[in-house]
Amino acid sequence: MQHGKYRFIVGFLAAPLGLYALFVVWPFIQSIYYSFTDWTGLSPDFTMVGLDNYARMLDDDIFWKSLRHSLLFALLVPVVTIGLALFLSFMINVGGRRRRGGPVISGVRGSAFYKIVYFFPQVLSIAIVALLFAFAYNPDSGAINSFLRAVGLDDVQPLWLGDPGLALWAVMAVVVWSTVGFFVVLFSAGMASIPMDLYEAALLDGADRITTFFRITLPLLWDTVQSGWVYMGILALGAESFAVVHIMTTGPGGPDYSTTVMVLYVYQKAFRDGQAAYATTIGVALLVVTLAFAALVMKLGRRERLEY
Amino acid sequence: MGSTSAENDGTRDRGTRTRDIFGHSTTGVGRRDLIKRSAVLGLVSVPAMGFLSACASGGGKDQDKAEAGKKTEQNPLGVNDTAQMEFVLFDGGFGKEYAEDAVKIYEKAFPGATVDFSATQKIQSTLQPRFNQGTPPDLIDNSGAEQMDMGVLVGKKQLADLTPLLDAPSYDDPARKVRDTLRPGIVEMGRFDGEQVWILYYAYTVYGVWYSQKALASLDEQYPETWDQMLAVCAKAKKKGMAGWTYAGKYPYYLPFSLYPMIGKVGGREVLDAIDNLEPNAWKHPAVKACLEAYYELQQKGYVLRGTPGLDHVQSQTAWAQGKALFIPNGSWVENESAKVIPADFDLAVSAPTGLDSSDKLPFGTIWASGGEPFVVPAKAKNGTGGMEQLRIMLSEASSRNFTGKVKSLTAYNGGTDGIELTPGLKAGVAALDKAGENVVNPRIQDWYVQLQKEKIGVSGIGEMMAGRATPAETIKKIQGFADEAAKDSSIKHYKHQ
Repeated sequence: MQHGKYRFIVGFLAAPLGLYALFVVWPFIQSIYYSFTDWTGLSPDFTMVGLDNYARMLDDDIFWKSLRHSLLFALLVPVVTIGLALFLSFMINVGGRRRRGGPVISGVRGSAFYKIVYFFPQVLSIAIVALLFAFAYNPDSGAINSFLRAVGLDDVQPLWLGDPGLALWAVMAVVVWSTVGFFVVLFSAGMASIPMDLYEAALLDGADRITTFFRITLPLLWDTVQSGWVYMGILALGAESFAVVHIMTTGPGGPDYSTTVMVLYVYQKAFRDGQAAYATTIGVALLVVTLAFAALVMKLGRRERLEY
Repeated sequence: MGSTSAENDGTRDRGTRTRDIFGHSTTGVGRRDLIKRSAVLGLVSVPAMGFLSACASGGGKDQDKAEAGKKTEQNPLGVNDTAQMEFVLFDGGFGKEYAEDAVKIYEKAFPGATVDFSATQKIQSTLQPRFNQGTPPDLIDNSGAEQMDMGVLVGKKQLADLTPLLDAPSYDDPARKVRDTLRPGIVEMGRFDGEQVWILYYAYTVYGVWYSQKALASLDEQYPETWDQMLAVCAKAKKKGMAGWTYAGKYPYYLPFSLYPMIGKVGGREVLDAIDNLEPNAWKHPAVKACLEAYYELQQKGYVLRGTPGLDHVQSQTAWAQGKALFIPNGSWVENESAKVIPADFDLAVSAPTGLDSSDKLPFGTIWASGGEPFVVPAKAKNGTGGMEQLRIMLSEASSRNFTGKVKSLTAYNGGTDGIELTPGLKAGVAALDKAGENVVNPRIQDWYVQLQKEKIGVSGIGEMMAGRATPAETIKKIQGFADEAAKDSSIKHYKHQ
């Protein structure tokens, strides 16, 4: 029955691969091409300028700042988000005290409720979240400083988004807050599929929660964690960081470029400064960073697959 | 423009109330688009750019232009009276009603012609592809958050010279040319280098120090003319628990609205011209130093509302309208923009900036005023003559008065305020212009070098100084560095005062 197998496969693959080539690969090639031109984005005329855009990029302080901030986003936000999500989902699913007559393994009291609470921010668009936090961070009448005043900390009134030392952290906190719920649900689903017997055996052996987590839960969840890691990193390099930075510290990206990230810089160059070619150049740099990040995580995260 | 202004994240904000900001908006539409944009940009930013370029490189063929009509007294530009005319308006704080009214007049004058009128906030996303394909509309209000870069448009020969319009007889009086009916500075602002006029700014904005006359009177004070008086007024306000100043801390490029004319007043116009021309050491002029030090003193003495560096324009204007601070540097759009938060008995007023002392080069009253809401006719428009005729109609006294009455802003037409009941801010603006007389300055750095002005000088330079994180000397050094960098940067077009 091998007859015509390849034709069959090709028949099915042609359409999706064609679409992929047309809408993903071809634009990649085109934008790399445009990064060697002086195209403004406002007129069809352009000429080839060779590596000028790349030379300019390497010489551009703001580019380096934005790269630094993007890397910080890609490295720190996933660590914090995933660490927090692992902790929370462990507590929801496994971390509960053993109750008489109940199941051997269970979450803390009210875990079903917590799951909804954690997931809730995920329902809101990142733009709404960013806007809400922009109000909360208002140093004059925002919720955070008002709270500080209410508890008597009148002298601790940070400028939050107005302070170059704090703005990036304030923005990253919002990304963590808004995405952690998604991973709680993702990891919860993963934990639910871990066989009970393993936990029961660990309990009989007298393992405490921490041991249970590191010896059983995490290794069996590793694949999920790794994909979540890559996903979160790409999100932090791209969409999420752009939305929060653009909305909360709009304009140039925070005081003294303290929150400028690469995606924002691409956007500003292409759609504000009429330098589309230079924007594609930064886009190419962003592509390299993203691929390098994914490769790094895959490489570092490689482990023997556990079967159960 | 309350909510609208937010929408605009104004890459440039000369003038109209709508576009002072970079994108912190408060309305739904913007958010949604932003999400779309961020998704595209972020996750697949490179392919997205590719897409854009895919569309971009496609076109470029020349369109057939509409045949010229016969020039008559009623039709001095020679509009083809059956050709279609397409007009795209920025739908911002001024709304679209004023333009619709003018379109009706066009349709009445040329019953055989159809006008394809549309209003959008997405100027660049709507029109950029059309420029790239060589099929732009006939008249554009290139304004708002998504304003297309004029320097690039001019440099790439995408705009039509408006000289025929300026030399045509005005709508009201065939004996006067259109250019003679405009406010001072409007024609010059439409130039880049050379004699051609590429842009016609339709609105006219007064920049300065805005305050509540009532609040000032409650302190038993007049608007201060020298800096010593300014400090005294602020000290008095502070005793009453009121800050002297606040400003859009997240967008400190609002500070120049009063700081630049102050520099001009103290050191003379040539100091501002040198800054615009990106001359070496322009920022090291003693007048610049003196003015920066004066502003820094406000911060050091605690006369700036606490938390101001973290406020955006709406938040700072609200705090100011609530009486938490006395003065705010702003443009004449503030009256419309903050209409909802300004109390009825606020008695809004604007003044030319306070100077240093009697040794200043220019008298008190020296103010910054300039055009806003830039209208352009694309070079590749099919019916560019029709677009210019539409502008000529808008520059008639009746249309101008209609605009001022509806949106509380002056227009480029010199006059047109008779017979309208002026709002307090508008009245104060007109009075300030009268007082200024010849002494109107118009720093061009704001429209010539947008990024330098907003991000580098505004946010990184003056903003950091006013947040108390840099001294005036450090700030001057930093800004001079930025200016030198811009002067050397071959990727931006450079301009000079003629």
